[in-house]
Amino acid sequence: MEQLALHISNGVLGGPVAAATAVVAAVGLTLCVQRGRRDLDDRLAPMAGLVAAFIFAVQMLNFPVLPGVSGHLLGGTLAALLVGPWVGALCVSIVLVVQALMFADGGVTALGANITNMALLNTAVAYLLIVVLLRVLPRTPAGLAATAVVAGVVAVVAAALGFVLQYALGGATELTAGGLGSIAAVMTGTHALIGIGEGVITAVTVVTVAKTRPDLVYALRGLRKPDLVESAA
Amino acid sequence: MGAGHHVLHLDADSPVHRLAPEVKVAATVLFTVAVVATPRHVLWAFGLYALLLVVPAVAARVPAGWLGRRVWIEAPFVLLAFALPFAGTGERVDWLGLSLSVDGLYGAFNVLAKGTLGVVASLLLAATTTPRDLIVGLDRLRCPQVFTTIATFMLRYLDVLVGEARRMRVARLSRGDDPRFLWQLRGFAAGIGALFLRAYERGERVYLAMVSRGYDGRMPDGWHGPRAGVRQWAAAALVPLPAVGIAVAAAVLG
Repeated sequence: MEQLALHISNGVLGGPVAAATAVVAAVGLTLCVQRGRRDLDDRLAPMAGLVAAFIFAVQMLNFPVLPGVSGHLLGGTLAALLVGPWVGALCVSIVLVVQALMFADGGVTALGANITNMALLNTAVAYLLIVVLLRVLPRTPAGLAATAVVAGVVAVVAAALGFVLQYALGGATELTAGGLGSIAAVMTGTHALIGIGEGVITAVTVVTVAKTRPDLVYALRGLRKPDLVESAA
Repeated sequence: MGAGHHVLHLDADSPVHRLAPEVKVAATVLFTVAVVATPRHVLWAFGLYALLLVVPAVAARVPAGWLGRRVWIEAPFVLLAFALPFAGTGERVDWLGLSLSVDGLYGAFNVLAKGTLGVVASLLLAATTTPRDLIVGLDRLRCPQVFTTIATFMLRYLDVLVGEARRMRVARLSRGDDPRFLWQLRGFAAGIGALFLRAYERGERVYLAMVSRGYDGRMPDGWHGPRAGVRQWAAAALVPLPAVGIAVAAAVLG
């Protein structure tokens, strides 16, 4: 039997927060669909499918953090680097929807919160960092790798803190004895570790792709590419 | 795991399997929302929900043991939930010499009951609907086309990824690599970028072949079964509608 995951499951967050995050997720995804449709050309469509499949596969590796909450690699940084923020957020959302419906993974009613944290927040934070870092750091494979690692760590922790915020606003169940402080500590601690793993995997993948097919890396579009290719040769 | 069959799908033929996917998706979501909206102290409501789930399980001829083994997906969380009555704060009760938090007991019950009912509902959907049909269902429920396009490719490329990973492993083995336990990770990590590229280039060829044969973002309609009629919607409503009734009754009677 394969190992399967649960993200936030049904009944962890209260009704109002579940509904509010569902609205946030719906608005965010609508924006992503509109902007993403423009991005999705013949090169990006198969890439988006592959990124989603890749994220689907790495999210299978996971472990419980709190009752009804699990930790695992998120993939938002990889998605933001390879297909951009709009299509990237869509890829992660698709993974979450299919997991919720087909693999009983993450509650259907917590889907709004899961999408808000892991698809929207994670990808958005990752992309903002990528845009800044790629312009600041040297345009070498090492610079790209450093960008991926830093964006991976920060974006994963941001997604974890998104859950802490939602829980503070309306958790339906007391999850630990220590209250909010200990939840924030557990979530940040485990997700900092997960973030490092995520950053390394993302860096290895993206640097390989950038060396052989720089045209496939969305985040490098518009930047001067020759440096990366030359130093690889 | 394949695009049309996976570990949670029960390949069989039954009235539930034959239902159009869109009605099953809608029924599952509505049922779960009703369950989660129910106040946690109304214990009888959760018993009735469990009874309601027996209807599609029997109609779909899903064996109880098959379902029971897969419900263990949530086992780690069940263990954690058992800690709640001890860790919780507030009013406490004594039970067999143990001092348990009332709030924690309700909390554990809340996570367990809502989690389990949701998992069983999703498992029944997965057992009776292939992933491909699921996406057809989402498409017919007016899901944006960008979304279903990427989802279709995701399911197809999962097979491509698994296949390429297997080929690369065989290639490593045949060149004298002898991976054991954790040391496999090194070879795997070193090859993950190459795996991604190989899978992409295969996927790209397939995609361009599809485009040149007239693919425009949606598979031809004739591929899929007929859309649901009024009778199918009515049949699928047999489970979620009573659930909504129970949720309303539970909220009113409290």
